[in-house]
Amino acid sequence: MITMKDIHKAFGQNRVLRGVNLVVPKGKSMVIIGGSGTGKSILLKCILGLVNPDSGVITVAGEDVTHTDRDVLLSRFGMLFQGGALFDSLPVWHNVAFRLLRGKAALPRAEARAVAIEKLRRVGLKPDVADLFPAELSGGMQKRVGLARAIAAEPEIIFFDEPTTGLDPIMSGVINDLIREIVVEMGATAMTITHDMTSVRAIADEVAMLHDGIIQWTGPIGDMDASPDPYLQQFIHGRAKGPIEAVR
Amino acid sequence: MTTVLAPVAHLGRMTLAMLASLGRVALFAMLTISHLFRPPFYLKEFAQALMTIGYFSLPVVGMTALFTGGALALQIYAGGARFNAESVVPSIVAIGMTRELGPVLGGLMVAARVASSIAAEIGTMKVTEQIDALVTLSTHPMKYLTVPRVLAATLAVPVLVGVGDIIGIMGGYLVGITRLDFNSATFLRNTIEFLEAWDVGSGLVKGAVFGFVVALMGCYYGMNSERGAQGVGRATKSAVVAASVMILATNYILTELFFTS
Repeated sequence: MITMKDIHKAFGQNRVLRGVNLVVPKGKSMVIIGGSGTGKSILLKCILGLVNPDSGVITVAGEDVTHTDRDVLLSRFGMLFQGGALFDSLPVWHNVAFRLLRGKAALPRAEARAVAIEKLRRVGLKPDVADLFPAELSGGMQKRVGLARAIAAEPEIIFFDEPTTGLDPIMSGVINDLIREIVVEMGATAMTITHDMTSVRAIADEVAMLHDGIIQWTGPIGDMDASPDPYLQQFIHGRAKGPIEAVR
Repeated sequence: MTTVLAPVAHLGRMTLAMLASLGRVALFAMLTISHLFRPPFYLKEFAQALMTIGYFSLPVVGMTALFTGGALALQIYAGGARFNAESVVPSIVAIGMTRELGPVLGGLMVAARVASSIAAEIGTMKVTEQIDALVTLSTHPMKYLTVPRVLAATLAVPVLVGVGDIIGIMGGYLVGITRLDFNSATFLRNTIEFLEAWDVGSGLVKGAVFGFVVALMGCYYGMNSERGAQGVGRATKSAVVAASVMILATNYILTELFFTS
């Protein structure tokens, strides 16, 4: 579904991606792990066209993303941002229905609102949340609204950027379960970035570890613990000592 | 030798950086203008921007004009008294307000109020990834955020200038009849007789240009805001400074164009 071939990206002297090769199969949930500042978010942004890679080819369903109509490409995606990225000036329902209200296939306002309320219910929020503004919600509720927005247009591919960062363990568990349920229910292809190993185990079909600008290890979640890769073992067990420098 | 040339090299770097920045602003302006004529158009966002930039700026522009008109009348009366020309107060207040002070002070007040708020709002949207979210939701940030604000400011500021002109002349009139012993009818007659349509028209054209500049600077610095509170703060400050300087510079250019031929 998504393939990345030899992706390079540098910011000045800082070479963040140094030849990333990765395949995300259709309908699978791929989780990308790796230390802070290793370029995981940049990788997602390259796929979405928010950041242009210096070299390499990214294809989605066989089409090179740089030669595809941007709007058509983006209409296939939903994304949950790390901080929610909800629009402060719009009420919750309007945030969720944002895409539904725009474009050639725009729904009437009442219909879009009904879909938004249904999606809010799907992520465990009551209809009375719909008319609140994002600033009136807790962090966990904002994440859920972000999730509702990501799935509102029923995309084929969903990206989750650190979905549990800043949440307590119970709320993290709720979000992890929701992500898993939704991905399975919709049959969507998912790509998640996280540091949270509980999330990895709850969400992933496949895992890829990004380190030093390349995919250091990739494989099914079931193979992760048994892998002899010292980088992967250090990361998943959170050891201070190992090949990954603790101070970067 | 290197030490001696260091200040020159620094000056050269600063000049190049300034020219590069001017180039980026010019490109941003051209991109904004090109998007003005291409759908989709966000009418609700435009109406909201019109309210925020136009209607809500009215009190501050009105107060500025009122006090400026009053002070102008006092100054012209005091200056004119040196060569027995106190009678020019109404006509100079009217011409001064409509040609210069109305548009320039109105523009500067809008720059302080609007450029800062636009830069802070869009800058915050950038650092909290709301602009990236807009892109992923197939919405062009330029069309959704910049075009409605720039268009609203370009249309609203001339109206504000027009209202400011009237209030400013009113300020001069109030001071004239209460403090300077002018006859009310004479003051009004002198104001109307000496004022030409182009005096008002040129000020309104200036207002439109200043409105465009103010919103453009707010959007440009907001869109290019760096990370964190400091980045947004810097973008806000730069937007106000750049908008103010550009208002004064374009005011000089427009005055040359309008009144020296």
